[in-house]
Amino acid sequence: MSAKPRIRLPDSVTIGEIIEIKTLMAHPMETGARRNADGTLVPRLLLHTFEAKFQGKEVFRAALHTGTAANPFISFFMKVPGPGEFEFIWIEDGGGRTIERKTLKTT
Amino acid sequence: MSERSRVFVLLAYIAFAGASYAQQMEVADEARIDAVMHAAFPKANSEWLARLKGDQTILACSKSRDAPPAEVARTIAAREGATIQYPADGKLIGDWEKGESLAQSGYGLRFTDYPPTRENGGNCYACHQLTNEEVSYGTVGPSLLEYGKIRKFSEAEAKAAYDKIYNSHATFPCSLMPRFGTNAVLTVEQIKDLVALLMSPESPVNRP
Amino acid sequence: MKNIRNKACAAALVLTSAFAGTGLTQQSGSDSIERELDTYRSMMKSDPWSNPAMLDVDRGEALWKTPAGPNNVSLEQCDLGLGPGKVDGAFAMLPRYFTDADRVMDVEARLLWCMENLQGFDRVKLLTRPHPSAGMPVKDLGAIATYLAYRSNGRSFSATFSHPKEKAALALGETLFFHRTGPMDFACSTCHGESGKRIRLQSLPFLSKPQEARKILGEWPAYRVSTAHVMTMQHRIYDCFWQMRLPEVELGSDVSIALISYLVKQADGGEIKIPGMKR
Repeated sequence: MSAKPRIRLPDSVTIGEIIEIKTLMAHPMETGARRNADGTLVPRLLLHTFEAKFQGKEVFRAALHTGTAANPFISFFMKVPGPGEFEFIWIEDGGGRTIERKTLKTT
Repeated sequence: MSERSRVFVLLAYIAFAGASYAQQMEVADEARIDAVMHAAFPKANSEWLARLKGDQTILACSKSRDAPPAEVARTIAAREGATIQYPADGKLIGDWEKGESLAQSGYGLRFTDYPPTRENGGNCYACHQLTNEEVSYGTVGPSLLEYGKIRKFSEAEAKAAYDKIYNSHATFPCSLMPRFGTNAVLTVEQIKDLVALLMSPESPVNRP
Repeated sequence: MKNIRNKACAAALVLTSAFAGTGLTQQSGSDSIERELDTYRSMMKSDPWSNPAMLDVDRGEALWKTPAGPNNVSLEQCDLGLGPGKVDGAFAMLPRYFTDADRVMDVEARLLWCMENLQGFDRVKLLTRPHPSAGMPVKDLGAIATYLAYRSNGRSFSATFSHPKEKAALALGETLFFHRTGPMDFACSTCHGESGKRIRLQSLPFLSKPQEARKILGEWPAYRVSTAHVMTMQHRIYDCFWQMRLPEVELGSDVSIALISYLVKQADGGEIKIPGMKR
């Protein structure tokens, strides 16, 4: 989980506006059902949880399963309460975490 | 010489010179093609490099972009027809169930298919519609739905089908279809099974 | 939660329900298949930002700018044809002749040259397994190529093919396009020589027809959903040759550059819209 995720926030928003937050994360999302050329199973390695917090409060959470494709694109909507800090957390099988922070400005 | 005939001679000269130049270009291209193709595959062994050598027929088809002049086409049909080998007992219709598996399978001859773990497939569905059940079919070749039924399951048509699969150029010079028999992609037994798929009354091709 | 796989699943559901329990005739079956395939394709393209290939664009940019190799230099002095380090619009002018290499090169062959000659990387290592297998991300050279192509987005293919060696590459490429070979007697033109054809359910562009080449060439490099990675044009040709039952074509070989030259010439004037999104 070393690649840097992409996050898209609108440049500047007004309080009360509903915005879309987009995220893109590099991950093989290995289901554990695929086979190598020699017939052995490729071990399961999935991102199982995505959390988004704004100003320390959880605003979105997703549980991901084997049906989610590699390099998941996750987007969600939020009503802007004011300026602040986003924290995005991706958690994979085995507990590995990727954490990204981004600031949201308001006019 | 009059002005008109001077112009005519000049034009004739240009046309002739142009034609000779074009022929020279093609010859140079053949040698150049061989050279660049060999250089493009540094990992290929002699068995693989032998695949790149074109025979007379396929070189003629490449040159004419698969639209050979009538004379060349006749020569191709005769040359390719002579390569067709038939089963010893003369029976051309095999097992349509095996034929359907062969039609579905694209296995064989790709550089990842070595060492081979199963027989080569015909990959017919890549280019043709065959049965109603299989919706994942290609359109590079004509639909073969109800092939035998349309042809009244005749013996002559079974032979024609066998010929087309073994070496399509005997019937359609410069056909896009691979020469499955002549190029040793499929065996005689496998081709019989594909003929059965097309020509058996019990085959799903003829029961849509 | 939006998700490309969910969109693909939805499209697949639409596709299968359209066919459930119907007795297809040849004509109507083919038309409705094409319609559903178009729906699937436009769903995949609907949000360019969501294309996972953007992650490789980012990675490629970092690789271009970061010192690397035995010489510990970045690629920022690499001349892509518009001067050292000039990136914007360079991809749109390729393939072209480079005096220092005395060769016509596409973007990947040029990168290979710069990685070898500027950064000191071992050419043999770069040419060993240069393309990713299914599920693996595109390798460094391919990621940089994707970044460079992205920096020509919105421009048209405008390689001039004016130098004698560029003309020679074009002529060679055209001959190769129609050259039938291998145990299946395939040429590029066997599959890409007519309009409206497909292999199984994969539609085939008529690549020697400018009208069609212009629409499609600008979509490569592309993210391939089925293999979950970016595929570059050199990899695309390598994969074509695999299907044609030919041997492994070397990255940056004269054959690959000649074919790419011919395709770019057919696509002249077509818009570059990278990264594409393919099945």
